[in-house]
Amino acid sequence: MKDNVSPSFSRRSFIKTSALAGGGMLIGFNLFQACKPEAKPPVDIPIDISQLNFNDFNAFIKIADNGMVTIFSPNPEIGQGVKTSMPMLIAEELDVSWDNVHVAQGALDTKNFTRQVAGGSQSLRQGWEPLRQTGATARQMLINAAAAKWGVDASECKTENGVIINANGDKLGYGDVVKEAAALEVPENITLKNPKDFKIIGKNISNVDVDKIITGQSLYGMDYKEEGMVYASVLRPPAFGKKLVDFDDAETRAISGVHDVVKFGDKIAVLAKDTWTAMKGKKALNANWTSDSKLENTEDHDKILMNLLNGKEFNTLRADGNVKKAFAQADQVIERTYESPFLPHNCMEPMNFFADVTPEKIRLVGPIQTPAGTARRVANLLERDPEDVSVEMTRMGGGFGRRLYGDFALEAAEISKIAQKPVKVVYSREDDMSAGIYRPAIKYKISASIKDGKISGYHLKEASVNSNMYGLIPNFFPAGAIENYQVDVANYNSKITTGAWRAPYTNFLSFAEQSFFDELAEILEIDRIQLRLDLLQKVKGTTDERIQYSPERLEKVIKVAVDKSGWGKTKEGTYQGFSAYYCHNTHVAEVADVVLENDIPVVKKVTCVVDCGIVVNPLGAKNQIEGGVIDGVGHAMYGDFSFKDGVPQDKNFNTYRLIRINETPVVETHFIESDIAPTGLGEPTLPPAGAAVANAIKAAKGIRLYKQPFIKNMNSKAPLG
Amino acid sequence: MPVYNLKINGQSHSVEADQDTPLLWILRDHLNMVGTKFGCGIGQCGACTIHVDGSANRSCLLQVSMVENMEITTIEGLSEDASHPVQQAWKEVDVPQCGYCQAGQMMSAAAFLQQNANPNKSEIRDAMSGNICRCASYNRIEEAVEVAASKMS
Repeated sequence: MKDNVSPSFSRRSFIKTSALAGGGMLIGFNLFQACKPEAKPPVDIPIDISQLNFNDFNAFIKIADNGMVTIFSPNPEIGQGVKTSMPMLIAEELDVSWDNVHVAQGALDTKNFTRQVAGGSQSLRQGWEPLRQTGATARQMLINAAAAKWGVDASECKTENGVIINANGDKLGYGDVVKEAAALEVPENITLKNPKDFKIIGKNISNVDVDKIITGQSLYGMDYKEEGMVYASVLRPPAFGKKLVDFDDAETRAISGVHDVVKFGDKIAVLAKDTWTAMKGKKALNANWTSDSKLENTEDHDKILMNLLNGKEFNTLRADGNVKKAFAQADQVIERTYESPFLPHNCMEPMNFFADVTPEKIRLVGPIQTPAGTARRVANLLERDPEDVSVEMTRMGGGFGRRLYGDFALEAAEISKIAQKPVKVVYSREDDMSAGIYRPAIKYKISASIKDGKISGYHLKEASVNSNMYGLIPNFFPAGAIENYQVDVANYNSKITTGAWRAPYTNFLSFAEQSFFDELAEILEIDRIQLRLDLLQKVKGTTDERIQYSPERLEKVIKVAVDKSGWGKTKEGTYQGFSAYYCHNTHVAEVADVVLENDIPVVKKVTCVVDCGIVVNPLGAKNQIEGGVIDGVGHAMYGDFSFKDGVPQDKNFNTYRLIRINETPVVETHFIESDIAPTGLGEPTLPPAGAAVANAIKAAKGIRLYKQPFIKNMNSKAPLG
Repeated sequence: MPVYNLKINGQSHSVEADQDTPLLWILRDHLNMVGTKFGCGIGQCGACTIHVDGSANRSCLLQVSMVENMEITTIEGLSEDASHPVQQAWKEVDVPQCGYCQAGQMMSAAAFLQQNANPNKSEIRDAMSGNICRCASYNRIEEAVEVAASKMS
């Protein structure tokens, strides 16, 4: 077999090929780390598909001798469609018909992932160049092989849907030359297609897993099972800040089908033959808990955060000009406070993970957005060599940030180690909602100074539980548009675990700022669209490299949204609200149409204009946009989560309200035509939605909302900031 | 432990389980039919929707002892080859994002369309309001139910 291997290695290349033992060509490449200048040591590329090792390369393409293309991609799929859109980029440059492309999930024994994280809407943006380069390189190798066979110059050959054609009109299928192509040197300096020649990018392509989803096949971590595996239901402290004293498991052990009860840290796992028995066993546990400090309440958080906002202890993240001076010299100062609750993620698939810890190795299987980091953490926790740990990713029933944290995988590993069995930890909905890593409760105070009818200063202060805004966020709009500009943050360290939640940091900030500008326009008696456009004028041509957004692109989405939404031209009884925002590299403007039914505002429609660069898969992109907008509307309207003595006050959907289909606006999506590299869509349409709705409710009812959820605060006369 | 005889997707199964075990977990853990999903366990989200004698039910609330000898249909048995108009419509409209809730959505839609073959938008929204989609693919669910209705007529 060995003589069948013809690997070629190019010093600067990120691609390597082999001729597969069973026929066909295998191309290994690395997503997200293309063309590193430094030389990489030559590595072996397998000649057998069952031997795929995602250690040296994190993605592979197989071109079979019948011309069928299989793309092996272990990139996490959480519902954002990258399992479809990323292979589209390869297929486009490889010049094959999409019908001949099959996408397979990465192999079982994956270890040491290079960079596979689903988060921050970055997958497409970062994969744009390397994925197309890989497809184009493979295509060129196939052409070179065919040209050599014909004895013609490769430049005289072209390709069409998986067929190489020379100047005489002779044809060879890709499959006919894969063996020869695999033996060739990997070419450098490949020219990519002109976007106007794209045949697959920009077309509507269905979700590659749709057939499995509509027939109910096993796909998700929750569906995963192995011979000899036991199910674990975990009793965790009932309140943040509580610790386990002791417990009595006699009733649990008396239940038929309960195998074992295992204590680890402050948690107790019940291991049983099936999920239901494990859950029943957990309910039968009698545990005593204690706390050594005061348990936290939402009421206390409200006071603490308000005190922080009104205090002087801040970290300044950005300061332009002199805000203090601008405020001292102002004709008028406008100050408003915006408040949001904690939010649980509530992925439809509750957290779960499989672990099999043996003296030889640790196998982890399940839904996770951060396989590499989780493998490292498990190795650390169990004091094992990271080389011993493998992670297999399943499809995820939603992520929204919750599956960035591998806490549930660590639990599974710890339990498996103690029980010496393969274990699957399954959260109930109550577990999922009460052992959350929540979007922190946040308050903003925004102040503007007005001088001669213009905004001379802008001061944004954030107070959040644990931490929230950081990094690049202070360089989003209106940074650069207002001469005196300052962003300050203050935090309260809580025992309640918090973390990233869809569109982290901006999911509530956008509501605060876009509500504030709307109100500023009213106070200054300036058209609310014009106020935004005037501010953007000042950013054009900026030399400030910290500024993240493009004033031209934001201006464009605003103008198109005005046009497409029929802004100002609605029929009587329909009230509109406007919002525009930049985050996650994408520019978005939204207009919400609200009507009053029995005096209650109902969001009927949201017009959403998006500049995400080139739209790779409009069908998938629109799905993300519609979902993001409705998610944003839903959480702004209904999302409410509080704590009493450290105990989450909602544990299931009987009291925690998620938006349902009968409350859903119709989302009308418009894309800005563009030839700029694509940016992500999993997040950026969510943040502007809340402000568009709040501004529409102001137009409808005259009530300005400063607090989420709206449903709770709509009928009370909300006090001004 | 008692043994129950169940009729699922036209086939007989006998399962040994506690009488209070929800049908959901019988399907998933005992019979390895994992298309029916666990979402909340209290009948609020609809992810576990199945048909019992033709009407939509939450399998997390049905104890195994309650459904003996009844005609149970799950997503795996909605059709043999994904040819049910609802499955076809779901594919055509490209409804799923994460996809986890969709089996329950489709089972609710299929049972609803049996009762109302030609629904208007507001009837669709009412009928489907028991099923949560956390990805909020609701616009497409609405459209897919309309498409399925037109395929069935």
